[in-house]
Amino acid sequence: MPLIPLLAMIRKDLQLFFSDRRSVIVSFVVPIVIGAFFGSIFSGPGNDTEPARIAIAVIDRDGSAISKAIVTGLSGDRNLKVATPTEEEARDSVKRGRTAVGVIIPKDFGDAAGKAFFGDGAKPDVNLVFDPSRNTELAMVRGIMTQHIMEAVSREMFGGAMGKQYLEKSLPDIEKSPSIPEAQKHALLQMLRSIQTVYDQPAASGGTTRPQGLTMPYQVHEEAMTAGSNIAYNGYAHSFAGMGIQFLLFAMANLGVEMLLERQRGLWRRLRSAPVSRFTLLTGKAASGSIISFLILTVCFAFAMAVFKVRIQGSVIGFLGVAAACSIMASSFGLLVAALGNSPATARGMTTLAVLMMVMLGGAWVPTFIFPAWLQQFTLIVPVRWAVDGLDATTWRGVGLMGSLAPIGVLLGFAAAFGALAANRFRWEEG
Amino acid sequence: MLTVNHLRKSYGPLVAVDDVSFSVERGQLLGLLGPNGAGKTTTVSMVAGLITPDKGDVLVGGAALRGDTDPKKRKIGLVPQDLALYDELSARNNLRFFGALYSLSGAALDTAIAAALGLVGLADRERDLVKTFSGGMKRRLNLAAGLLHDPDILLLDEPTVGVDPQSRNAIFDNLEELKRRGKALLYTTHYMEEVERLADRIVVIDHGKVIADDTLSGLQSRMPGIAGERVTLEAVFLTLTGRSLRD
Repeated sequence: MPLIPLLAMIRKDLQLFFSDRRSVIVSFVVPIVIGAFFGSIFSGPGNDTEPARIAIAVIDRDGSAISKAIVTGLSGDRNLKVATPTEEEARDSVKRGRTAVGVIIPKDFGDAAGKAFFGDGAKPDVNLVFDPSRNTELAMVRGIMTQHIMEAVSREMFGGAMGKQYLEKSLPDIEKSPSIPEAQKHALLQMLRSIQTVYDQPAASGGTTRPQGLTMPYQVHEEAMTAGSNIAYNGYAHSFAGMGIQFLLFAMANLGVEMLLERQRGLWRRLRSAPVSRFTLLTGKAASGSIISFLILTVCFAFAMAVFKVRIQGSVIGFLGVAAACSIMASSFGLLVAALGNSPATARGMTTLAVLMMVMLGGAWVPTFIFPAWLQQFTLIVPVRWAVDGLDATTWRGVGLMGSLAPIGVLLGFAAAFGALAANRFRWEEG
Repeated sequence: MLTVNHLRKSYGPLVAVDDVSFSVERGQLLGLLGPNGAGKTTTVSMVAGLITPDKGDVLVGGAALRGDTDPKKRKIGLVPQDLALYDELSARNNLRFFGALYSLSGAALDTAIAAALGLVGLADRERDLVKTFSGGMKRRLNLAAGLLHDPDILLLDEPTVGVDPQSRNAIFDNLEELKRRGKALLYTTHYMEEVERLADRIVVIDHGKVIADDTLSGLQSRMPGIAGERVTLEAVFLTLTGRSLRD
């Protein structure tokens, strides 16, 4: 392959790219800005960062010891921001989206809950009013509320005045109950009488011998599986990978559109009239596209490293390999745009849609784990998924060179497939 | 220098070029005339190697042109109808690129750029971006790009479309200089007066076929003039190809 024409094509494309200020800004500055924004959202709480609390409103219509204990428990939870407005104010706040969930504790809740706790009394309702666009927060509030209600009710039942009172009332009822089998009735009465004995004992000094009710029977020790035990997850690594890939794909789609414009302006007639092979012409385009793509990715990550302390915790060679494979894949995607596009205008519209679909399905915007299981499997056919996973692996996951070989191989496979299809479908004849 | 032998090209049922033959010698300009859709551009494209003919040969210096990378393509320069230039690059960088496609580099490329820009009168604008050029300057640079590698044969596809009389006249001077240097020029145009001024021979094609191949005086002598005056080439052309609209 003659080197002078090939190098000339690469140099010319680089000159054209850097002479277009708009392209340079879109390709280099915009992914950094958006990557920084997404990174700040998805980084998760750091050591010195207060977690985002879910805004809820609690309306206590009961006013019992149990309901007060529930409100106290919810107010002390580090995941919640609790307000205690009127019901009307709470409903309005949820409707306007300012509050995720409104918890309404009805009148006589404590009494009914106590009865239901020991006997077969009807279970009282807790009414939740919620913002339908915040289902995830509703699920979290439901779980947190269950913990605090169980703790409050059981604490009162096993250690409070209400508990003693209900126990005394429940024992005769259980003894008379025809619906409980005799063997079970005997065991239940034995257990409740033991509790009654505890109630009747005087409190020891310090008052710590009384049962404190049910509590969570375990403590959670959380360990984020990053590159190392003392290395925190850096969400900027993922966001810069995603945005870098998105914008290099846009840049390469634009390269394909530019090729269509070159054809429209008669430039390909001139190129094809020179004694240069088709392979050299396409390789020149692919090479210049790959260089531009690689520059976009490396500049994005250099910024993320300098400003947001993103580090390549895994193999540096693996990272460069994934970045290079990703760049070649994106460049061959640009060739495919030029080969399949009928006109610059239609190609621009179609490729914008294609790139947005690829980056969305590939996990460049949001992590793929939130997708349904079938979609997570499906996205394996999307090259962006391999690119994002490969860059994640070599940055914050700290995976070594061997672990990056699979994404490199798959991305080069996509590049070969795109390139072969582009070469096959490219319109060479210039009439 | 350039011989076209029985070229044929069809697109499905449409025969664009049908058994076209002609030749151009050194120092000669052959005017290729025809109405829109007659097959001129397809013929030029086959001569430039952009389209593979279904039948026939293009001979350059007596040897047939074969394939994309045939070294004989270095003997051919194409000046396309479109302004095939990169607007965002300077005139010099455009020529550096097009010269490199013919493997020119270093001092040889610099010399070729200086010579081409000098010929078309743009030496003082070499560092300016093409987008700042007038239409006439772009046309002259378009011509310079086809001349960089010093081809023996120059294919000019309507090279004066949309230029002012001054630039057109400058291009004519350039072409006459190239003829003096012994280049073989194949020139397509719709402007009859250009062919009358420049062409040594004229080939008229219509519906893909050659319908006349003669000198200007030979063509004119085919039609009787009024009061002994010679008819214009346009009158000959309209007589040969008819007056019906082709677009």
